[in-house]
Amino acid sequence: MASLLRMSGIVKSFPGVKALQGVDFEVQAGQVHALMGENGAGKSTLLKVLTGVYAADAGEIEFEGAAIRPRSPQEATALGISAVYQELSLAPNLSIAENIVIGREPMGPLGIRWSAVRERARGALSRLGLELDVDRPVGSCSPAIQHLTAIARALDVDARLLVLDEPTASLDGDEVDALFEVVGRLKEQGLGIVYVTHFLDEVYRIADQVTVLRNGTLVATDTPVAMPRRALVANMIGREAPPEDAAVARSQGPQGAPLMEAQDLGKRQSVGDINFKLHSGEVLGLAGLLGSGRTETLRLLFGVDRPNSGSLHVHGGAPTLTPRRAMNLGVGMLAEERKTDGIFPNLSVRDNMMIVAQVKRGWLARLPRSAYAQADGKKEELRIATPDLDRPIAGLSGGNQQKALLARWLIAQPQVLLLDEPTRGIDVGAKFEIFGLVERLREQGMAFVLVSSELSEIVHSSTKVAILRDRRMVGDAPEITEEAIMSQIAEGGE
Amino acid sequence: MKAYPWRYSLALLGLVLLFNAIFTPGFLAIEIRDGRLFGSLIDIFNRATPAALLALGMALVIATAGVDLSVGAIMAISGAVAAGLVVQPPDFLLHGMGVQPVAVAMSLAVLAGAVCGLFNGVLIGFFRIQPVVATLLLMIAGRGVAQLLTNGQIITVPGDDFAALAIGTTLGLPNPIWILAAMALFFGALTRLTAFGLFVEASGDNPTAAHYVGINGKSLRLAVYTLSGLCAGVAGIIAASNIKAADANNAGLYLELDAILAVAVGGTAMTGGKFSLVGALIGAVLMQAVTTTILTRGIGTEVTLIIKALVVVAVCLLQSPSFHETLRRRRTA
Repeated sequence: MASLLRMSGIVKSFPGVKALQGVDFEVQAGQVHALMGENGAGKSTLLKVLTGVYAADAGEIEFEGAAIRPRSPQEATALGISAVYQELSLAPNLSIAENIVIGREPMGPLGIRWSAVRERARGALSRLGLELDVDRPVGSCSPAIQHLTAIARALDVDARLLVLDEPTASLDGDEVDALFEVVGRLKEQGLGIVYVTHFLDEVYRIADQVTVLRNGTLVATDTPVAMPRRALVANMIGREAPPEDAAVARSQGPQGAPLMEAQDLGKRQSVGDINFKLHSGEVLGLAGLLGSGRTETLRLLFGVDRPNSGSLHVHGGAPTLTPRRAMNLGVGMLAEERKTDGIFPNLSVRDNMMIVAQVKRGWLARLPRSAYAQADGKKEELRIATPDLDRPIAGLSGGNQQKALLARWLIAQPQVLLLDEPTRGIDVGAKFEIFGLVERLREQGMAFVLVSSELSEIVHSSTKVAILRDRRMVGDAPEITEEAIMSQIAEGGE
Repeated sequence: MKAYPWRYSLALLGLVLLFNAIFTPGFLAIEIRDGRLFGSLIDIFNRATPAALLALGMALVIATAGVDLSVGAIMAISGAVAAGLVVQPPDFLLHGMGVQPVAVAMSLAVLAGAVCGLFNGVLIGFFRIQPVVATLLLMIAGRGVAQLLTNGQIITVPGDDFAALAIGTTLGLPNPIWILAAMALFFGALTRLTAFGLFVEASGDNPTAAHYVGINGKSLRLAVYTLSGLCAGVAGIIAASNIKAADANNAGLYLELDAILAVAVGGTAMTGGKFSLVGALIGAVLMQAVTTTILTRGIGTEVTLIIKALVVVAVCLLQSPSFHETLRRRRTA
């Protein structure tokens, strides 16, 4: 059978980086093809060559038997190649229907035919097996619906090849199931699907073929059955993976006075009943479903939101927190939304890494050049892949941006660091590095509050675990195992 | 290698000067008469000072993703305050103090400019009014305030003391050039020797992220609009001193737009983030160089504005990455 897509010998260089060095990639019709690799392995570049964002320096692309060379995403779309990216490009204030047909509105003599717009939107959604109120503004829908809307838009152009770039990064369990059902349906309709993800489970749930890239070269391509988990991870990071179940030593008890203590802390319509004590050398895992109030809790602890009930003690005092005051008290927070709440896209990687240390010093006392050299040290320590720290951070891959943001806080040397989904959208190797780092710093006496939707991460790193359900903290997990936490999330604390 | 955002405007400025050097006899000549330097180059710099001063403050404002439309009107207020205080001095100016009344009047006028800027800053920083709307208020109302201060008349100031600021020279160079140099050094030191510039850029680049790292966006906005008002205050007294009068209707008219263009031409994006003071200065000088060229070449003044617009379009195109991308694709295709 002829391949739907055949990319061969793709080469693409950027100043200082060889992003792709002769990569071959094939997708069959009716196949879900997982594309895996670490940050900077070349996945995004390959997809951008495919969708016409970049022009390849060398190599051939064959689609449905004909040689193609898309020069813009519009051209690729017209050929039948559609992509849905991790960071969604929807217009939040427009309706679902408008988002689906935007740029291709059915026109009549009196302008846009709105009834036809709705009809087409419903048609596109029904291909996904969905029935939605298409007049609702996209911004008011859940992340899952937003993602499905983006997919519906990609399909509305009669796509034969669909690229999904980390579609599940912001979805919770049920929503992932719904998405997979859609993916299965599309597969039956004969679409080829390129699936990029960092979640290994998903590969084994839906992929028919796995291709692994590393440092811009093709490492392996095979069926998931022929490439078990350990082999996949080894292919991705190029070294033996550390054992996944190496939980931290939790022997030592709390030491000294608590660094942070919350009593019945809460904010109306946000989250309530927050109770915990956090000592030096502890990692408090906050477990709960998406929407259970995990991020909201961290926002209270860092002074982004003001509590209106209960009390929060930091170092024994009970100040009214703002992010600035929290920082001065030695609290830091790595926010979940890297793009909107984290990076300064046009500033250099170095400025992005040093800014917290600078804010702590105040605006008058500029950090000396020697202090800025710390950024180079952190670049080595966290293995941030960039040839030049003085280039804008927007040019880095998501995982490297995340490492730079983590470095931002580490340079400021907080005593308590709040981590909100620190591994979101980053690859396996970087995950191990980040949790290894957390473990080392914990041993040196730092304390963490960790939010993660991956229970295995909570179990791996936490010294104690608090459960959130329906925007309330319902108690501590009796023991730190995935089963105990899951049953506590499901029914505990009643 | 660092890519300076103002490289294209500097290159274009070089071209304009080169054009003049070839086609206008004596353009580059600078002669000393009565201990003072004369020449077209000096003239360009001297005339560029009001817009260049505004551009310094405007660059910071634009870096916070804002804009200050009121600076022209603030110039009128500042000029009116200075002229008014000199012509009808209140008691405290006449008696005691032992200082030149003109100097005191001018200082108060600059202060008035800063207070106007502070007003903008409060509206924008604390009441979250959009910068265009907030400064549009003062752009319109400011001229009204200036007219109230001058009773709707043009206040002419007799004597040479008042004119000395703009017309006098120090060490051979016109005073406005020295004032601009001092202000540029002050702004440069403020933004690059302290972390103020970094915080302004961070806050303009991503306000939410800036909040999360503890940068106080309110005070920052308060500061940049006050600084912009301060610049306008200084530009206002120079403009008034230059014509020995306060003209509430015409002082600094449309100069806010020249300042915005100078900043844009200097490579600072209107969307906020990175800014370049050097670029803003080059932009202001480029604009004036084009105007002076048109005048000295005897090309009709009616085409001045159109040629200026073409220069702006040229620089903006050269700065646009997508324009370069298009050119590149043309070449490879």
